[in-house]
Amino acid sequence: MRSIAPYADSAGKNRRFPLNTSLPLVILLAIGCVAIPSLWLAADPHAQNLASTLKAPSAAHWLGTDHLGRDQLARLGEALRISLGLALASSLLAVWLGAGLGLLAAWRGGWTERACSLAADAVAAIPALLWVLLIAAIAPGQKWALYSGLVLTAWVEFYRTVRPVARGVLLGEQVQASRLLGFAPLYVLRWHVWPTLAGSLLKLWSYAVAGAVLAVAALGFVGIGIRPPTAELGLMMTEALPYHSEAPWLLAAPVVALLVTVMTLQAAAKRWAGGAT
Amino acid sequence: MTPFWLRWLGSVLGQAAFVAAAVGTLCFFLTRSLPGDMAFRIAAGRYGYDMVNADAAQAVRDELGLDASAWQQLLRWLGDLLQGRLGTSMVSGDSVMSEIAHQLGATLHLSVVAWGLGILLGVMLGTAAAIRGGWTLRLMDALCTLLRASPAFLIGIVLMLYFAVTLQWFPVAGHDEEGSIVLPAFTLALALCAGIAQVVCTRLQRVLRSDAFEYAQTKGLPLGAALWRHAAPAVALPALAYAGVQLVLLVEGVVVVESLFAWPGIGHALLHAVVSRDVPMVQGTALTMGLVFVLLHAAVDLAVKLLDPRQGERDDATWAATQAARQTP
Repeated sequence: MRSIAPYADSAGKNRRFPLNTSLPLVILLAIGCVAIPSLWLAADPHAQNLASTLKAPSAAHWLGTDHLGRDQLARLGEALRISLGLALASSLLAVWLGAGLGLLAAWRGGWTERACSLAADAVAAIPALLWVLLIAAIAPGQKWALYSGLVLTAWVEFYRTVRPVARGVLLGEQVQASRLLGFAPLYVLRWHVWPTLAGSLLKLWSYAVAGAVLAVAALGFVGIGIRPPTAELGLMMTEALPYHSEAPWLLAAPVVALLVTVMTLQAAAKRWAGGAT
Repeated sequence: MTPFWLRWLGSVLGQAAFVAAAVGTLCFFLTRSLPGDMAFRIAAGRYGYDMVNADAAQAVRDELGLDASAWQQLLRWLGDLLQGRLGTSMVSGDSVMSEIAHQLGATLHLSVVAWGLGILLGVMLGTAAAIRGGWTLRLMDALCTLLRASPAFLIGIVLMLYFAVTLQWFPVAGHDEEGSIVLPAFTLALALCAGIAQVVCTRLQRVLRSDAFEYAQTKGLPLGAALWRHAAPAVALPALAYAGVQLVLLVEGVVVVESLFAWPGIGHALLHAVVSRDVPMVQGTALTMGLVFVLLHAAVDLAVKLLDPRQGERDDATWAATQAARQTP
């Protein structure tokens, strides 16, 4: 026996879903195509060839070669894979953590809620980049340090969105009726809380991925995050900066890749949200 | 109900205490993660590398209590921090306090100019787009989308390559020359102005459509006066709340932009200290940035509260502002 009422207002949104999301999804797929084939077919991103450095784009090297003669397309692929991989993984964990704590706080109230909110306020008292920077400093060049720093700072926003919304739903008459009819907490979560949260969670998640990509690039740019010779978007910009007049395409590739990735994610966030807050 | 100012003071002090504890603890673990035996390292620093032997290291270990458990050492480390003993820089040998006092001035100079410029640009852009509509609105929207997707260092690179290298209007980097603040300040201001412009534009459009505004114009008020009396108060509050949200962007931007343009401020010093593993400087600079961030946040909260006593909790105001900025105008 399924209740129809909580599902009714999300039906319209669901019907609009495929049409609105198509463009960002296509671009994200294209980015994935650059990132993933380099796993098995493109050149080795670390293979140097000092005889052919700073070459212009050609049939052999689609995006040219860098100052050590490494294939720029292969490096771009590795960089996108690392950035998106770190960003997706960290934001997924952050969604679970933030939404889980938010639901817990909304459900239990009292001390649980106060403790969770205090933790969120405490984390937000220090700018995210500073957190990641300090944690990355303890283990320089390690991906897990970046990863845990990103998770630590990203869950707060999910928590702050989920808690008030979930609280409103849980205190409502529908949930009260549902509980009186004897439905289990899991049923209430699935059919009452989730439909109201799904839109804003998807939107926030998209923003969180974009934010993580930017943070990883910023740290790479200042030389704190991923260490060379691994390719990373910010690091590639730092490396290409001295050759901006001889080889402008070298600088353009990571810049365009970063901008397209982040803009697509932000556009997707706006569309996925639909009518939700 | 506790009075507002008491809660405000409590939250400022609480956050400041947490910042100090968190930065201190992280830096403590940073010290312990450095390679090598700490006693030997400190002995080498004191007596020179040639004079170090096991006895000297043991003497240092006994004196500083390095055999104590990690918990006791952490407590003593935080106790030192509480007394304001930040130590001396391992690179320059100066006291961390004096270095930070010097750098904080440069950073505040840059941040204040950038923040002011960012708000000015944002308000101007947003107002023009809301009033003109049409292609001005679409242009502003496209510009803001692009700027919000670009991290500060990217804007910095573009400005640097075009205005400093190609046109040679401003110095590429540094602090001493005439006009060297222009590029870093504009970089930060451009990063900040996009969000403010969108908030101002959305809110202003709502005001322009309202009956009150229509009536103000019908009764013969010139546009400027109507804007100032009817639109400005309604737009100022969300714009200010959002500018507070953007302090994060400003503080994060300062770290990257200062090092890009070699501006001798706190952010530049922090990155240098992290790279050279100069723990006292890392702790001092991170602590200063965190405390300044907390103070600025508290100041914005207070200003929002004074401008509009209706506002409930701080989270509500800033959260609403964030949400408003994210909606498509």
